[in-house]
Amino acid sequence: MNQFIEFISQNLELIYILILAIFIGVELIKNVPTVLHTPLMSGANALSGVVIVGAIIVMLQSDPENYLALGLGFVAVVLGIINVVGGFAVTDRMLQMFKKKK
Amino acid sequence: MSIYLSIIYLIATVTFIVGLKNLGHPATAKKGNLISALGMGLAIVGTIVLTENEISPIIYGLIIGAIVVGGIIGWVIAMKVEMTKMPELVSLFNGFGGASALLIGLVEFNKNIGVAEADKASAAIISTIISAIIIGSITFTGSLVAWAKLNGSMKDLRLPKYNLINNILFLILLAFAVYIVLIGSDSSLLIYVLLVASLVYGYLFVAPIGGADMPVVISLLNSLTGIAAAITGILYGNMVMLVGGILVGSAGLILTFAMCKAMNRSLASVIFGAFGGAEAVGTSTGKSGGTIKKTTASDAAVLLNYSTNVVIVPGYGLAVAQAQHVIHELEELLTKKGVSVKYAIHPVAGRMPGHMNVLLAESNVDYDKLVEMDDINPQFPNTDVVLVVGANDVVNPAAHNDPSSPIYGMPILDVENAKHIIVNKRSMNVGYAGIENELFFNQKTNMLFGDAKDALTKLVAELKNM
Repeated sequence: MNQFIEFISQNLELIYILILAIFIGVELIKNVPTVLHTPLMSGANALSGVVIVGAIIVMLQSDPENYLALGLGFVAVVLGIINVVGGFAVTDRMLQMFKKKK
Repeated sequence: MSIYLSIIYLIATVTFIVGLKNLGHPATAKKGNLISALGMGLAIVGTIVLTENEISPIIYGLIIGAIVVGGIIGWVIAMKVEMTKMPELVSLFNGFGGASALLIGLVEFNKNIGVAEADKASAAIISTIISAIIIGSITFTGSLVAWAKLNGSMKDLRLPKYNLINNILFLILLAFAVYIVLIGSDSSLLIYVLLVASLVYGYLFVAPIGGADMPVVISLLNSLTGIAAAITGILYGNMVMLVGGILVGSAGLILTFAMCKAMNRSLASVIFGAFGGAEAVGTSTGKSGGTIKKTTASDAAVLLNYSTNVVIVPGYGLAVAQAQHVIHELEELLTKKGVSVKYAIHPVAGRMPGHMNVLLAESNVDYDKLVEMDDINPQFPNTDVVLVVGANDVVNPAAHNDPSSPIYGMPILDVENAKHIIVNKRSMNVGYAGIENELFFNQKTNMLFGDAKDALTKLVAELKNM
């Protein structure tokens, strides 16, 4: 229990941010028309590729001699950037089609 | 962390929020996507350039190499994919994001192996690492299974008592993770066992879920990837990952519920119910009695030619047959002949909500001609001909009048109110729900059998000769 209280007191700001971010996410998406569900899912998917920042940090922090960490980090960066670039590009392509008619 | 990098992360976080907000409205969606993409690019470049550690050129080279290689792969796939394959592509990309999170978790765990007792990571850090590994693994294999299923390369797999097995496996997984944290283990054997168990769970979690429910699952897994990203963000005290990940996590979850609502399904029944598969076929009776009336392309063309207003109901079969261009040709031809043509779009027409709109938009169908379910339903009694192309469950009257039907209560397009109905289908096979459709035995219904593209091409040819 003490550990738990300690964890909260040390990370109070983090917990605030976490909770507020959850509510922002909910509010942003709440009243989206069905038409946009597919592009939105694809766009949100691209955003989840933000994990690539972590993959880059892994590589930056690796010892140049640590081949395992570098190798895994390399694969993580490749997969992450595919998620980001592919995700944004495909969402753009989808939305492009909506736009032409207007 | 340099203050400049912190500012860049702050800007990126704001672009994510503004981008998502804009993505939610048809007029601003494209701009929203660009804004978030820009922010993401900024965050990536900033992370590389503004690092404060001494970095060897080899590592820089590797990072840039990885970004170039992956960037090209992602770009090429995104540009080449057919619009009908969109849902499985999103799933595949999502799986890659999950894999990235799990690899980060593995590297971070490895760092803790064999270090002196005093330098060991705290239990809080180990639990974040382990959560990243578990969630990343589940989304990775889960997304790959969803991808393979939508691809058609994998059938539903239902072990006996699969719900029980999955839930027990999940509890074991959790208990095992807690155990690793509590004993403060740095054994790489244990972490690999955990990794494999999580990968297997991701597979088993999605394997029994039917293809019709796959969009909901993809959206759920997408939300999980966001959470995995947020967890790794906590690990590095990185705000852009934390907020970005949580945004995707909560937005993805809301989107998942919205999709469930459009399909009139609860999330629990998607995950635990064996809908749309073999079991449903055995239990449902459906009204399969009666005779069906077959029609030919020329008869159907005559009927369409002499009507004043026609409503087209496009379904999944149209997407599979890639017939979205022919249907537009048919629509233009009829309009030229003075027939008023509209499209009735069921919320889940195609493979996921909004998918049909994307497909029809691709073939230049006028946006104003797409009418949503609630707006078109009152118009059916005044409609001369309804042309149903490759849709089944979304026009099944059993949803209104057969309480024993698995789709009872699902909102449908009331096409049976129209004066004439032409149904194009490949065969009398049942739809995803695995039940008979009494609409096909309706007096007013004419069945036009054949692949949607072939049948519509013939129809267009007949109409041109009139």
